[in-house]
Amino acid sequence: MGVQEKLDNLIVQMINENQETLKNNWLKEVKLFKEKELVGTTLKFSEETDQQFFSMLIKHINFHDISKDGTLDDFFDQVLHTGLPLSYLTQGLQAARRVVLNLLVETENDKEKVAAVYREIDRWLDPILNRVVENSSQIWERTVSVQKTALLELSAPLIPVFKNISVMPLIGSIDTERAKLIMENLLNGVIKYRSEVVLIDITGVPVVDTMVAHHIIQAADAVRLLGSTCILVGIRPEIAQTIVSLGIDLSLFPTKSTLQKGMENALEITNQQLISNK
Amino acid sequence: MDIQSCVEVRNEWDIVSARQLGRNMAKELGFGNVDQARITTAISELARNIYLYAGRGKICIEPIDQLGRKGLRIVALDNGPGIREIRKVMEDGYTTSGGLGAGLPGVKRLMDEFSIESTVDVGTEISATKWLR
Repeated sequence: MGVQEKLDNLIVQMINENQETLKNNWLKEVKLFKEKELVGTTLKFSEETDQQFFSMLIKHINFHDISKDGTLDDFFDQVLHTGLPLSYLTQGLQAARRVVLNLLVETENDKEKVAAVYREIDRWLDPILNRVVENSSQIWERTVSVQKTALLELSAPLIPVFKNISVMPLIGSIDTERAKLIMENLLNGVIKYRSEVVLIDITGVPVVDTMVAHHIIQAADAVRLLGSTCILVGIRPEIAQTIVSLGIDLSLFPTKSTLQKGMENALEITNQQLISNK
Repeated sequence: MDIQSCVEVRNEWDIVSARQLGRNMAKELGFGNVDQARITTAISELARNIYLYAGRGKICIEPIDQLGRKGLRIVALDNGPGIREIRKVMEDGYTTSGGLGAGLPGVKRLMDEFSIESTVDVGTEISATKWLR
């Protein structure tokens, strides 16, 4: 324990005594990296961040449990939220390790001491590095999960248009999760809006493969069991050709090329008419 | 033109990226709208088969040029359980997963050339080519 403390002191002392040199060397390294990788960020702002970054590192020589210090997390959050890449932080930490090691090798001749201080440097910087990675991956995970929820909310809306007629416009790729949602919303909506006719519009679905077709057929079949009619609309010519090539049988329910034609058909089925005022 | 691009298929989103890759390459090669749709649908079927039956594998897409005849080849590779009865799999309506059973025979009809090699417990390799007309 006594030896440990002595070494601790050694590295702290070394860094404190040479703070200016270290700082200048570090800034030089970071600047090199920034010139290569980060083109376009405001330089003035970045320099301020550099200064802050370095003082943050120096401050943490004395901490062994960095999770207790909130300022580090705040700084990382701030950096990542301003759009600076994660690599800025990791490269900065690696540069810090390099400049300190260089100084150590230059000033210290005792090999064992060098090795010991080397381990100390690891103990100083590795927890910070771990923290950086942990923080940024958390930010990403949060973003992804928020977007996933937002996407799900957009994924399968059923819109009542006229009395007893509803439309479900589908846009984008359909995966298993979304297919389940389509089925649920369709059946719930048919009951809720007392829809006699539901139009499923696939104009915005880029690819209709067997899986997508299978889900649509199942959904339409379920709607039929509730006593309503499902009309598939928005079938583009190229989609029609691929459906035929795949050998998918869509003859169980009516299909129309456009939403407009489907709507005319739906009005007919429900005995309604659009009358022009003129 | 020996550029080959591959997409690892591990989840449903990878199917979308494989499709995207295929669509872009088909567009670049000058395939028309209908053929683009055929190619992307074929990729979708093959990628989904990998995801459903093998769990993981990859889809490779390459432009080909044989004596001035241009085209696009899709290769689907996996180290999954393999297909025991290839003849049955190529029949319309045969399925082990409750689907439509139109996938592989459909791919064969969507593309111009089609070959399948599979060894039980080793894996499956499917290759399908579309020629530019």
